[in-house]
Amino acid sequence: MSEITANSGAHGANDSSRFYVTEHHPENGTLLGFWLYLMSDCLVFASLFATYAVLGRNYAGGPTGSEIFELPLVALNTAFLLLSSITYGFAMLAMQKKQVKATLVWLGITGVLGACFLSCELYEFVHLIHEGAGPDRSGFLTSFFALVATHGLHVTFGIIWLVTLMTQVGKHGLTSANKRRLMCLSMFWHFLDVVWIGVFTFVYLMGTLP
Amino acid sequence: MSEHHTHDAHDDHHGHDDHDDSGSHSTFSGYAIGFVLSVILTVIPFWLVMSGAITKSGAAGLCLLGIGAVQIVVHMIYFLHMSSKSEGGWNMLAMIFTVMILVIMLSGSVWVMYHLNTNMMPGMTAQQMHDMP
Repeated sequence: MSEITANSGAHGANDSSRFYVTEHHPENGTLLGFWLYLMSDCLVFASLFATYAVLGRNYAGGPTGSEIFELPLVALNTAFLLLSSITYGFAMLAMQKKQVKATLVWLGITGVLGACFLSCELYEFVHLIHEGAGPDRSGFLTSFFALVATHGLHVTFGIIWLVTLMTQVGKHGLTSANKRRLMCLSMFWHFLDVVWIGVFTFVYLMGTLP
Repeated sequence: MSEHHTHDAHDDHHGHDDHDDSGSHSTFSGYAIGFVLSVILTVIPFWLVMSGAITKSGAAGLCLLGIGAVQIVVHMIYFLHMSSKSEGGWNMLAMIFTVMILVIMLSGSVWVMYHLNTNMMPGMTAQQMHDMP
């Protein structure tokens, strides 16, 4: 509201300029707000990490981490996610150059890599549950499934968001609203990669050690 | 803030349009450096564990955590474009606050639960457990 008075002072009593000013809001407000959401998401993951830190060695006579984790599969998953991070980066670069086609192609590649990640993870989960190492087996497996599946759910929603944005960009082009959305998804996607670093280091690699 | 508002509305709008490009200041070299660094920082811990160079948790496990922490910082800088200047410093402030909460929460719960385990589990025989009210 103070904007109106300040501006009408500068312009005189001009109604059209007054209207203009009320439309104005800081462009980066959304990005900062989204960052705050990511920080709160950090707390969700931190609680799950803390749960795993506490319960991660409570095997209840069931399988241990070194018995059930298949590191080659985890390495493959990590590669998928890392590659998707850089391809999303390329999509952002294409967006900055206002190349709609290139942006869509890179976004598509990112989505496919994300889907590969998810299918690997689902394969691992199904495999574990069939072996009798489901989330109900021990405290270790409960906390493991809770943490890794929450990350997987985030990736799922990231992919849904990505497909939605691809449709939006395809329909309306790189408007400033679409750019803002792409930048939010960029932060979300890279954030998921950061969380995955914690997962593969703390859960898989350290869980494999006796 | 007040000097911001006395700007002409047109100027402000254009300024922001440029801003949302320059605000992220992503460059190809930035992403490339970040990617190469994170590949190196991913391959090292996987190699250490898969080749059997590390067989015990403990100091070696802490080394893995250290590499992971470095990689998180690399991602923050090169992929998430964190710097003390992004969003006028509010990004950094929010992150420092979050990290503070995380450290208190994680170290606190691990510390408390660790002590619970060491105090209760080993000394307690089956008879003692049976006698407990």
